[in-house]
Amino acid sequence: MKKDSGNYIVEVENLTKKFGSFIAVDNISFKVKKGEIFGFLGANGAGKTTAMKMLTGLLNPSSGKAIVAGWNVETNPDKVKLNIGYMSQKFSLYDDLRVNENIRLYAGIYGLKRSEIKIKINKLIGELGMENLRKKLVGDLPLGWKQKLAFAISLVHEPPVVFLDEPTSGVDPITRRQFWEMIYKASSEGTTIFVTTHYLDEAEYCTRASIMVDGQIKALDTPENLKNRFEVDNMQEVFVKLARG
Amino acid sequence: MNKVIINIENIYKYYGEIKALENISFSIGKGELFGLIGPDGGGKTTLIRILTTLLKPTRGNAQINGLDIVKDFKKLRKQIGYMPGRFSLYEDLTVEENLKFFATIFNTSIKENYYLIEDIYTQIEPFKDRRAGKLSGGMKQKLALSCALIHKPDILFLDEPTTGIDAVSRVELWDMLKKLKKQNLTILVSTPYMDEAKLCDRVAFIQKGKIMEINSPLTIIEEFEEPLYSVKGDDFYHLLLELRKMKITKTAFPFGDSIHLTTNRNIDTHELNDMIEKRIGARTETKKINANIEDCFMAKMINNM
Repeated sequence: MKKDSGNYIVEVENLTKKFGSFIAVDNISFKVKKGEIFGFLGANGAGKTTAMKMLTGLLNPSSGKAIVAGWNVETNPDKVKLNIGYMSQKFSLYDDLRVNENIRLYAGIYGLKRSEIKIKINKLIGELGMENLRKKLVGDLPLGWKQKLAFAISLVHEPPVVFLDEPTSGVDPITRRQFWEMIYKASSEGTTIFVTTHYLDEAEYCTRASIMVDGQIKALDTPENLKNRFEVDNMQEVFVKLARG
Repeated sequence: MNKVIINIENIYKYYGEIKALENISFSIGKGELFGLIGPDGGGKTTLIRILTTLLKPTRGNAQINGLDIVKDFKKLRKQIGYMPGRFSLYEDLTVEENLKFFATIFNTSIKENYYLIEDIYTQIEPFKDRRAGKLSGGMKQKLALSCALIHKPDILFLDEPTTGIDAVSRVELWDMLKKLKKQNLTILVSTPYMDEAKLCDRVAFIQKGKIMEINSPLTIIEEFEEPLYSVKGDDFYHLLLELRKMKITKTAFPFGDSIHLTTNRNIDTHELNDMIEKRIGARTETKKINANIEDCFMAKMINNM
């Protein structure tokens, strides 16, 4: 059954994942408000990826509960997948398809009608300023363009929430900022953004950020409050203080 | 600069029609910690693979320790250490077996050069019987670095050792490099993280196969010419869009919790802040600031467009 999610788009209660005796995600609870840019931070091996996989319906929890976009990730993982956008850190478009073909493919997978797809392709290419690149093979695009396109495609079915897993790794500093402007734009239009990153200046752009250490959420607040609480100037120092324990 | 240990002369590398490197020339002095800074696809890995004798340049040449990178590649390989971007040790060998393997192929032993890797290796030695594939990211790196050092090279090449690793492991890695530098090792390290430039003696900005700038981080920052301000306000995205519309604005980019604004003329900070507040109808906080490395890199990118 779909749950009316009220003000929250993600609700996590005591979510846990064990692999044998290893507890990858240890009893985490948090809520993400509609329209937020939510930063999901943590050291390597802290459990971020495992938690993300559970929230996107790719991995069953060992215990606890998560409601994403109104659906329970354990009992309705397919409904979750249909109602969220997802962009992985590994580039996920087809290199040997053209720009317009990639959009058509994903729009089709998400069940858009043929007439809608046509409109969508033009709108998306227009917004990205990729008119000249429309018929280009995606494999021939520079990394920055690929990432911007992948983000736009993750929103092709207009999901209420999109999960971005290290979307800006390795891109140049100008493109990285253009990417974040796309995030702001989507957020200002009401889409909730759930994002992980290793660039801690980007944590400052988030409405709120959580920091995971050893499977647990050790802090969750606005960047401003986190900096005040730890009496430091930036999120990098907050992170290092928390992760070093 | 101390005695030149790496000398690169007009190196080009083409892959078919793709120009991966175009006319790269620079030198690195003995004992220098040199950073190759730039985004993916800029040519960092190609240049490192050429210098480590794994790729031949299309044109141009380079000498390392007086040896030609193409003709003398066999001799040269004994004098350099290389830590590639992708973890490339044997995952099904244990920590100790990997290290022993690399020592053996270079005709040495762990015992002989242990003092060189001691600082780093002791941190993973408790796990010496664990298979390399089962190590955490940070431990894998310490092992890879130990293996790259075990034959006592004069020059160490590290290709993006901090990509994809968290802020804490990044700090640890740079601490290790600083210690190695004290042993008079020459180090060439590449990174896409601009903030790491300040940890190097000198850096080269590399973008689209070309070097945009080579200098000490301090000099690069001092040479930043445009008036630069940081602007803070409540509705960040709205503020950014409005700043872009102002006539006086040259560039406006988000930088953490503020926006960095360059202007096409010098203007008093109060006057500028009044101008911005009037435009958006809300309080803002404007300060004149010094550039950081990322401001400099972006300015060079824009000038080269």
